[in-house]
Amino acid sequence: MNAPDTALLQRQATSAAGASRFHESARAQVAGAATYIDDIPEARGTLHAAPVCSPVAHGRLSGFDTAAALALPGVRAFVGAADVPGDPILAAFGHDEPVFARDSVQFLGQVMGLIVADDAMTARRAARLVKPRIEPLHPVLSVHEAHELKSYVLPPVHVARGDAAAALARAPHTLDGEFEVGGQEHFYLEGQIAYALPLEQNQWWIHSSTQHPGEVQHWVAHALGIPIHAVTVECRRMGGGFGGKETQAGHLAVWAALAARKTGHPVKLRLDRDDDFMVTGKRHPFAYRYRVGFDDSGRLSGLRIVMLANCGFSADLSGPVADRAIFHCDNAYFLEDVAIDSFRCKTNTQSHTAFRGFGGPQGVIAIERILGDVARHLGLDPLQVRLRNLYGMGERDQTHYDMKVEDNILEPLMTALARSADYGRRRAAIEAFNARSPVIKKGIALTPVKFGISFTATLFNQAGALVHVYTDGSVMVNHGGTEMGQGLNTKVAQIVADELGVPFERIIATAADTSKVPNASATAASSGTDLNGRAAQFAARHVRDNLAAFVAGLDGCGAGAVRFLGGDVITPKSTRRFEEVVNAAYANRIQLWSDGFYRTPKIHYDKLTMKGRPFYYFAYGAACSEVAIDTLTGESRVLAVDILHDVGHSINPAIDIGQIEGGFIQGMGWLTTEQLVWNHKGYLQTHAPSTYKIPTAGDLPPRWNIDLWPEANREDNVHGSKAVGEPPFMLAISVYEALRDAVAQAGGDPEAMNAPATAEEVLKALGG
Amino acid sequence: MLVRMLVQNSPAQPLTFLRRGQPVTLPAVPPDRTLLQVLREDLHCTGTKEGCGEGDCGACTVVLGEAVDGRLQLQAVNACIKLAHSVQGQAVFTVEDLAVDGQAHPVQEAMVQCHASQCGFCTPGFVMSLFALYEHTGGGQGVDHAAAQAALSGNLCRCTGYRPILDAAARMGQLPCPAGARVDEAAVLRGLRTLGQPAPEAPYQRPATLQALLQARAAHPEAQVVAGTTDVGLWITKQHQRYARLLDVTGAAELRRVETYPHHIAIGAAVNLTQAYAALVAERPSLAAFAHRFAGLPVRNAGTLGGNVANGSPIGDSMPLLIALGASVVLMRWDTKRRAVAHRELRLEDLYTGYRQNVMRADELLCWIKVPRPSPDECLQVDKVSKRFEDDISAVCLAVKLRIDGGVVREARIGAGGVAATPVRAPLTEAALTGQPWNEDTVMAASAVLRDEFRPISDMRASADYRRAVLGNLLRRHWLAQQGQRGLRLESLDLEALA
Repeated sequence: MNAPDTALLQRQATSAAGASRFHESARAQVAGAATYIDDIPEARGTLHAAPVCSPVAHGRLSGFDTAAALALPGVRAFVGAADVPGDPILAAFGHDEPVFARDSVQFLGQVMGLIVADDAMTARRAARLVKPRIEPLHPVLSVHEAHELKSYVLPPVHVARGDAAAALARAPHTLDGEFEVGGQEHFYLEGQIAYALPLEQNQWWIHSSTQHPGEVQHWVAHALGIPIHAVTVECRRMGGGFGGKETQAGHLAVWAALAARKTGHPVKLRLDRDDDFMVTGKRHPFAYRYRVGFDDSGRLSGLRIVMLANCGFSADLSGPVADRAIFHCDNAYFLEDVAIDSFRCKTNTQSHTAFRGFGGPQGVIAIERILGDVARHLGLDPLQVRLRNLYGMGERDQTHYDMKVEDNILEPLMTALARSADYGRRRAAIEAFNARSPVIKKGIALTPVKFGISFTATLFNQAGALVHVYTDGSVMVNHGGTEMGQGLNTKVAQIVADELGVPFERIIATAADTSKVPNASATAASSGTDLNGRAAQFAARHVRDNLAAFVAGLDGCGAGAVRFLGGDVITPKSTRRFEEVVNAAYANRIQLWSDGFYRTPKIHYDKLTMKGRPFYYFAYGAACSEVAIDTLTGESRVLAVDILHDVGHSINPAIDIGQIEGGFIQGMGWLTTEQLVWNHKGYLQTHAPSTYKIPTAGDLPPRWNIDLWPEANREDNVHGSKAVGEPPFMLAISVYEALRDAVAQAGGDPEAMNAPATAEEVLKALGG
Repeated sequence: MLVRMLVQNSPAQPLTFLRRGQPVTLPAVPPDRTLLQVLREDLHCTGTKEGCGEGDCGACTVVLGEAVDGRLQLQAVNACIKLAHSVQGQAVFTVEDLAVDGQAHPVQEAMVQCHASQCGFCTPGFVMSLFALYEHTGGGQGVDHAAAQAALSGNLCRCTGYRPILDAAARMGQLPCPAGARVDEAAVLRGLRTLGQPAPEAPYQRPATLQALLQARAAHPEAQVVAGTTDVGLWITKQHQRYARLLDVTGAAELRRVETYPHHIAIGAAVNLTQAYAALVAERPSLAAFAHRFAGLPVRNAGTLGGNVANGSPIGDSMPLLIALGASVVLMRWDTKRRAVAHRELRLEDLYTGYRQNVMRADELLCWIKVPRPSPDECLQVDKVSKRFEDDISAVCLAVKLRIDGGVVREARIGAGGVAATPVRAPLTEAALTGQPWNEDTVMAASAVLRDEFRPISDMRASADYRRAVLGNLLRRHWLAQQGQRGLRLESLDLEALA
């Protein structure tokens, strides 16, 4: 009678999932023993490459003088467009990027070729001695100029629901505004790197620091003009990705492979940090123009918004990024009559790319800004206006792309956070503080996030995994996902351990490898665990089923009666050690390994109409931030942050909290100190950590409370969990709104403040 | 071309340092090779990472141990811009050296237990900064978030948001310390004594005395003078400069001292920024917050005040303060005819003639910085404004020293950075203040003068307009502070009350 309870207790005592297991690589990482690509012992004859970058933002390229570079001792070769045996255009989404610049250069930093040398410093030194012959052309550097010239990398997209014009015409109040939000450098601590090794018979082994080994494999094969199966791409781990190694890693790998092909040697290409800044794409800067209508209570009754995405010189992932900005410009709010115009502007800068949130942050910040302004316009508390506009339960619950919001927990979540953060009392206290503080002024804001989980391109929502059980009972799992620090391998190992009922320590997760799991999607869209975790669970389940059937045969019971717990295999008749069963199964020629495959159910989406259910579910959260500004210099500090975030039933709370904290601080950097500055020639002046400032340990707010929402995912997702990589990033928009609140309380004009809210930007909004 | 040939044939020299208690000798290391290159490429110890190659991210942090006055001084520095030969005769600790017989060091164990590594690439650097803190605090005792934040000011992490790393700093002292995990000072000092010094004519020289240093300078005026190489290191890693001969001033025993006299303190050119600012803060405690904003800790540990001043960058943070304090510099050289040391003393603001140009002769070295001691009626305010609080470069730096007597400004000295091609005084503003009644009208008028006194440039740090506006505002803050207004600075907020 007590059996179910006993089983539950045992499961809690022995299960890996739900526990804060240490990161599977933590012990190696703290000892300096975790291997990144630059740490792999080099094969004999390895050469090193460095990029030759365009010194102008736009021009006609007619050739190179390489004599001085090639004369430098230790230099082996110049590799350029003429050395590409396959397609000279990269196999990117838009098929619009040359492998190496050929007849034109389109941004300052564009790679025109490589120098290959005996060591990296010689290659870098020589690369600067290559003199390109370039006739400069007018560069388009501003998104506004691009829009005026109708210079786009992809056609504009318009999404509408209802009749925004009519709604605006009859709205009691309207407000117009325009603002800009800057881009962001990924600043993964490990810069971009690839190491290409020629194998026999025109086959290739590529070590790539990539979130998408399958894409790297495809790109390399495409550039070399060989079938995909001739290229193997491996990635044990990245020293950070954040979206910056989704497509950008492919460039490095292609270049290294071409250099290796030309020289016949293994070639490593590790970008110097400054080159990394100059060459690779960033988060898309956006510019916005809007008109919003609303009633006396602040409830929106019509919105027209124009979004200009600065895509840089090529499409890269700009289409889906700009699409996601459209999907998320509602954030948590019901937009009844809305018209959105999205322009994908082509400028002569780096080609902007995926970055945590993938356009979502650029959509969410737009509506949060608008609601903040609406509230101030009416003299209302912004939190009340936000709550008033939330999606309803059973009504007002259809998004502008026709997806019903079925799992909405925002109202209770935000209310709970407002209570635990003591929002009301603190708002009053801040007003009192400001009344007596002449120079320092404070502000506060509580903003939500609702983030759609799934790749909007439905086909990518599939994953594969392999689980191998060896005769000693040790287990190896391999899946299509990549480890960039987010703890994917740890979570997958926890899932597999539970499925086989063995201790977590018995599982090893190995390097992503295109020769093991083929055609894997990028580890992106926060979906790593949802997809690969489930695929690994299924693979482990197949092995377990084989073992269960085998043991059931031995004990004369049904396979369903066999349980796998705590390293034991338990039938109504007997309990055996897992390794004992494995050994016996092997002797009886039972398959001890299997594949697993998963595809996300329910999702569908029409690219042309942009309607459907692109997301399997939503992840929710909210943050309350308090800030202070110095009205003499515009400098600011974040003083207090309270977060309540929804990760469903967490597979690993420590890892999930780590994602929430890291995402928030990264988002805070995007909106405060991280400013990308291009000069009038298109030269990125902030191209190193000396000039581009990400948050430091000193920027961690003194008050810092993170809580997890207790409920499981209402959709059937692995262990009841929810994705966590990207959604918390947007919680940092509360910092930006709090800064605007402080500016308003100081008598400044918060509508004049763009992002990032650098000291200069804040002082400008204060009229200083 | 001649220069390049010379450099390519530049003689390498042997390098010896102590690691894991044993001497490590490399027979031929070029004078401009970095410590990180030696560790990763020559010794194949890849635990130490390169994140930026310019001393701004801390992924390459290692700890150096040097015998100073019979004690072992341990300091975290950036290996990427530290020249390898500068550690000749010192002990080097890397992340691979901490575990004892496979047992993690408490720093490492705390990092694991606090979930403080995600991608792990910055982790070795954090471990080493914490290792130095662990040693400096008698095994991690009494380390709170504030102490940890100061110790980690030069380490960037892009994954964690830092909270778990700060937790690890607080926890490390509570974990058991395996036998052998603490640095055995006596054993290291013994080991260091066994290490030799390079030959006197080696291309990288670090003379042990002032006289030897000046003689080496006289013999090789073409040598690149270096101290902590927190800037010259970048000329090597980023501008790809090569140097056949380098003269390191940091070994000269006399110049490693801070000397106190009745009317001034004298800071030797080999005193690192950590110690130099400690001396300045000891004289003027109100400088503590400013001192903390000077670069990150590994840069303060490696870099010297003398290097900061001699380098003469218009955005170097020390000079505005030193100018306002009325500091002077002592330049020295070896007079080969008289076979004696010659010296001259200049006001700091007179050292500079243009962008990174100064009046020094080819055989001269900047040896001492003399800083007047505070007078009781001194009103000093120094402000640095930058995008980020820690480890950033000034958009504007302003130091204002006033002497007010009987409601009248008797003396004004103002130093400014980020507003011209060199660090500068602000004579027009000083004149607008001097002799005037100390009231709001005077301050407003002087602020207007200060805004117009310079023609700053617009760059990635700030626009010219912003720089001008802030200059005036900072003078205004000085006024408000003098009126007894409190809570004028973000740093002064009572942050603990929020927690």
